[in-house]
Amino acid sequence: MRTQPIDRAAACLPKETRAAVYDGAKAGHEKRTKLLFDHYADPNRLRALAGEVKQHVVENLDRYLPALEAKFLENGVKVHWASTAAEACEAVHSIMRARGATRLVKAKTMVSEEIGLEGYLRERGIESLETDLGEFIVQLDHDHPSHIIKPIIHKNRRQIAETFEKNGLGAYDDEPGVITRRARQYLRHKYLEADVGLTGANFAVAESGRIVVVTNEGNSRFCLAATRCHIALVGIEKILPRDRDLALFLNLIARSGTAQQLTVYNEFISGPRAPGQQDGPEEMHVVLVDNGRTDVLATECRDILRCIRCGACLNVCPVYRQAGGHAYRSVYPGPVGAVLSPLLLGKRFPEKADLPKASSLCGACNEVCPVNIPIPDLLLRLRDRAHTEGLPSPGTPPMGAWALLATQPTAWKAALLGGRMLNHLPTGLIPVPALRAWESRHVLPRWRGGEFRKWLKMRRQ
Amino acid sequence: MLAADRKPVAGKRVQLMVTCLCDAFHDDVAAATVEVLERLGCEVDFPEAQTCCGQPAFNGGDWHASRKVVRHTVRTFSSGDPVVVPSGSCAAMMFHGAALEFEHEPDLGDIVALGRRTWELGDFIVNGLGVRTWPGRFDATIALHRSCHTRGTGTGDAIALLLSSIEGVRLVEFGEGEQCCGFGGTFSVAFPHISGAMGELKLEHVRAAHPDVLVSGDMSCLMHLGGIAAKDGTALRTLHFAQVLRDAAAGLP
Repeated sequence: MRTQPIDRAAACLPKETRAAVYDGAKAGHEKRTKLLFDHYADPNRLRALAGEVKQHVVENLDRYLPALEAKFLENGVKVHWASTAAEACEAVHSIMRARGATRLVKAKTMVSEEIGLEGYLRERGIESLETDLGEFIVQLDHDHPSHIIKPIIHKNRRQIAETFEKNGLGAYDDEPGVITRRARQYLRHKYLEADVGLTGANFAVAESGRIVVVTNEGNSRFCLAATRCHIALVGIEKILPRDRDLALFLNLIARSGTAQQLTVYNEFISGPRAPGQQDGPEEMHVVLVDNGRTDVLATECRDILRCIRCGACLNVCPVYRQAGGHAYRSVYPGPVGAVLSPLLLGKRFPEKADLPKASSLCGACNEVCPVNIPIPDLLLRLRDRAHTEGLPSPGTPPMGAWALLATQPTAWKAALLGGRMLNHLPTGLIPVPALRAWESRHVLPRWRGGEFRKWLKMRRQ
Repeated sequence: MLAADRKPVAGKRVQLMVTCLCDAFHDDVAAATVEVLERLGCEVDFPEAQTCCGQPAFNGGDWHASRKVVRHTVRTFSSGDPVVVPSGSCAAMMFHGAALEFEHEPDLGDIVALGRRTWELGDFIVNGLGVRTWPGRFDATIALHRSCHTRGTGTGDAIALLLSSIEGVRLVEFGEGEQCCGFGGTFSVAFPHISGAMGELKLEHVRAAHPDVLVSGDMSCLMHLGGIAAKDGTALRTLHFAQVLRDAAAGLP
């Protein structure tokens, strides 16, 4: 019986990588849970509330997006709308071209990964440098992030030290402090040389036109302090209605993402440098990125747009822990990625229709999600969609014959008795492929079909 | 996960949904369920036409096929009495999954009504009937695996409450208890590597706690874990909690 691509990827994952992913994910989950339950009597009520706020935003984007744009303009921010990845990349490029800029420093943003910004700019002679330590290492390695907030969860420090050595950042030394210092020294000059600083936004507040960026390394702050032009790439679903909603969301994102009460650096940016202000970029642009999000909005899986990219569902997911992020072949891996990544493809959904299968539907993701996204329900909806569209699904037995049997009690009872032949068949001859496949890793229990019904009849007599 | 407006239990007549797994493989669990319910004074009706809750096709993505089976189940359990099922997974299918796949169907109301009166066995005993202790004696150190479909329901705590009330039972915790055993229905066939690794990890944690027996409210998890253990040649004693309750009270009047 054929198996699924993610299972095959997991089977090929080097032991060392799997251990790094497993340990990193597990530690992240356990710290988070302790913190949430130590600090709040009923964190589940917070999750539910935050979910309602974001669902409200998602369902009223038509109202919130123009309101946000108006506030941006009022604050002196230039607004660019990008409906595709190419348009978003082009918007960034044209801003840089207009300034004659050739160097860009980047804080961590998943949207930039999603639109393939680095490659786009590289082809046009523009250097875009990752300044988040994990993303910087990924960039040096020509690798891809395998986790939403821990991009190098799949690497250990020995591998990182080798990468640094290969790239001329000093002789091999796997002491984390040394690695960090070397990255800092290298990056410090780059900030000063760059003309443009690019960030994402964890939240964009409609009421004030404020964008919020949370980090732990201070690199976003350097990006903003050292450059004269700030570009923020903002997914259109990143909106919160009011500034006061940040109280809820900053508490949740830090605890859910990195098990902190509050992230170390929290930037609240409401425009370019104002007259009289000493610091800050003189020019600020926001690129509002759709790139498939309105297509998602049109589906019954729109709840996934609540996601605040904390990575808690990846950390708790047993499938992610075994397979690692690259197995998902997507910028967004794990449970959230299994829903979001195929949906963001729009008409090319079939290319990733296998992702929603990569779940035992255990529901742990829903239990930890800070915005209470019913991820298992969404995975199931996408499985139904894939089946309805007639897409193949290796390893999933056809259900037609089973449904026929399970709707005809007489046939069902006959099958209960007939199944006993399984007890006398050598494994290789079991006529049901799924059972035969199962037998390769399990001892099948003895078939006892009909025994209970017989017992009950005797008892009733 | 649980329907918030569950129909309170009135009277002692119940309909037993035995699950297809118990119907085909685990007749002793089915029998234990009957004996446990009868000990509680319930009059147990077993609708002969029952087959399966419809979950295999629901999880497999064939909602069209699943709905046919769910409709059959609704017809089969048509009396207004509570439906009791010795599986958190099948119960969740009835009160959550079925409603999801019938969202746009004209007979959604019938599905929701059945879901409102469907109970997992432990949940029924503790939260439906209000029984909080179990008589008799069962001398064993027990590791209780809380199956995933009981997340957010009263089932896990109900089973733990009943077991811990039995004289001689010692419940032991084990590592990463919130993690899935790896069964997941057809998941275990389509993702054999990941499913197997999850199962082995669960067994490792369970064994580290040195229980005499691994107990759960779902035979699917136990079939998976017990099946892997047996394949390794390191058999693990597994019991459904209904078997523990029955055996504890055996010989009592």
